[in-house]
Amino acid sequence: MSGDLDPHGDVTVDRVALAEELAGEAAGAGHAASADVAAYALGLGDDSLVLAQRLGDWITRAPELEEDVALGNIALDLLGHARSLLHYAGTHDGRSEDDLAYFRDEPDFRNAWLFEQPNGDFAHTIARQLVASTYLVELYRHLEASTDATLAAIAAKASKEVDYHRDHAIQWTLRLAGGTDESRRRMVRAVEQTWPYVEELFRDDAVVVRLADEGVVPLPSSLRDAFDSVIDQVFAEADLARPEGRTAFVVDGRGREGRHTEHLGPLLAEMQVLARAHPGASW
Amino acid sequence: MSTPGETGTEAWPLWEVFVRANRGLSHVHVGSLHAPDADMAVRNARDLYTRRNEGVSIWVVPADAVTTSDPDAKGAFFESPAGKNYRHAVYYTKSEGVKHL
Amino acid sequence: MTAPAELSVASIDEHRDDEAQARFDDLIAKDSRIEPRDWMPDAYRKTLIRQISQHAHSEIIGMQPESNWISRAPSLKRKAILMAKVQDEAGHGLYLYSAAQTLGIGREEMMQQLIEGRARYSSIFNYTTPTWADMGAIGWLVDGAAICNQVPLCRASYGPYGRAMVRICKEESFHQRQGFEILLELMQGTDEQKRMAQDAVDRWYWPSLMMFGPPDDESPNSAQSMAWNIKRFSNDELRQRFVGMLVPQAEVLGVTLPDPNLTWNEERQAYDMSEIDWDEFHEVLAGRGPANAERLRRRREAHEDGAWVREAAAEYARKQAAKAATAA
Repeated sequence: MSGDLDPHGDVTVDRVALAEELAGEAAGAGHAASADVAAYALGLGDDSLVLAQRLGDWITRAPELEEDVALGNIALDLLGHARSLLHYAGTHDGRSEDDLAYFRDEPDFRNAWLFEQPNGDFAHTIARQLVASTYLVELYRHLEASTDATLAAIAAKASKEVDYHRDHAIQWTLRLAGGTDESRRRMVRAVEQTWPYVEELFRDDAVVVRLADEGVVPLPSSLRDAFDSVIDQVFAEADLARPEGRTAFVVDGRGREGRHTEHLGPLLAEMQVLARAHPGASW
Repeated sequence: MSTPGETGTEAWPLWEVFVRANRGLSHVHVGSLHAPDADMAVRNARDLYTRRNEGVSIWVVPADAVTTSDPDAKGAFFESPAGKNYRHAVYYTKSEGVKHL
Repeated sequence: MTAPAELSVASIDEHRDDEAQARFDDLIAKDSRIEPRDWMPDAYRKTLIRQISQHAHSEIIGMQPESNWISRAPSLKRKAILMAKVQDEAGHGLYLYSAAQTLGIGREEMMQQLIEGRARYSSIFNYTTPTWADMGAIGWLVDGAAICNQVPLCRASYGPYGRAMVRICKEESFHQRQGFEILLELMQGTDEQKRMAQDAVDRWYWPSLMMFGPPDDESPNSAQSMAWNIKRFSNDELRQRFVGMLVPQAEVLGVTLPDPNLTWNEERQAYDMSEIDWDEFHEVLAGRGPANAERLRRRREAHEDGAWVREAAAEYARKQAAKAATAA
């Protein structure tokens, strides 16, 4: 064998400094979440986890290879948020992120219904992304100011990432709504079928009201105006109408209470199947 | 002569991507990608070429907008500088050893 | 009979081609790089288009056996790692398509060749991934073999290919490690996990050795590729190196490599091993592997299902450009 190159395949490894994998861990300094904060973090963590699980399905199936990469990035960001939030929620009673992700049953999941809706076609995924990311941008922007150091640190990182997710969703909303007749028809339908799930995101419950009083979290209802105003701008440019008051159907989302649509069960069954087949195993 | 790659027959045109790794450095060509327009091209470039903190700034340029020198004329085109040794500091040997020169 | 005028033009062209060929030969002899606009022999261009596009297709099809487990990864950390890895493979496919494109072939054309079954890709991806341990075995064995093949390609004589490979090799350095660690974790786990790991190694070992291609004396294109500095080491050399690397790693893992005849031959300074089942290799290559049809079907569906989205974006760009033109 000749040449100055090692054909073994021992590729030189860049000595990069690794950033904190779970956001907020350092900021929290081992501080355990209170019952209310844990419940809140669980809901938010479940939102991101379930959405990441959905988006992961696009990898290998996206409309173009560049989009496989883009949706993969978004799913990875959301999975990162979910891990940080579930980890923090688990500090309340000593459960790990994986205990929470893999060993809770459907009624114990607290995600809003929007996030568990199927991917549908690309327009449905974009409509869901537009709603989810616009909501999350407003939420994390306020949560950065939380009196809870861990939540504030998680929000600070997530805030920048969901901002990009929103941009991605807006770009595609404009292109699908303003592209061909077919894409416009699909986008209009997707918006109509996604809108019934918007309401639940902005509903206040007893836990958030208590936490909002202490300055820990923003009231969901207080984020609605900012959400509407962003959506109105996007829709004005895309020549779409906000289907308020004339939605395709009406749902009463109760995900934060552990009630779910028919779509969550199969998603969890698939996600949890291997971990549950080997309880106590390490991976 | 344009840069190679653009076929003009695809749904989405080809874009050349340049990334600035850090402040103070030039944008360096890293590869190409397909995108329907400039807005999406710069976003696709971010997703594709900076997944590991490789950059702080990105340029995208339509591949067919790049003009290149003709490689077949390489000899003639790049011949002139050869021999103009007086453009290089090492040409001036008498000042060697003198400080701060 | 050729008219004199034509004769002289032809002889000028011929003279130019000879000169170009000489320049090309000189660059190769100096181990320099060929760049996209350089003159190159047709056969060199065709060989590269074939090799780079096959390599790109392999990355894209290679996403599928692993994406199979993204939804079921047994921990959130593993899910994130696997997702990042499969996504990297999409990126690597794109780097390679863009390198191939500099040789004058469009990505759409390459994609059509792939989904119509006219192009080849690494036959390893036609095997299925029935268990989680396959994620470990793919990382350790398949990515390990791929890296062995790819590192020398960083110095391939065609500039864009070499540059794409540098990027890919750097990014893939985590792929093999994560696979090794999956297996290590399983081998330190329950009996059932250990069985799962050994079973996956049993199934992936031989196919991973086949990834280096047929034996040197049956590899028709190797000699020319080596003369052109595209390929730097022979199939058998690389295969031997790979096995040498695996043996001590298998010991660390505690797995058995499924070849009873695998022994170090002091005299040859190489490993003796059983004969590879080349009939299986040729069967899979010929499209009769366990998942050939499924892999192509999935890629074709994604491409066809996405057509309306690609058209929409192109149409939007046209409308915006027209609007800008009117406004100006």
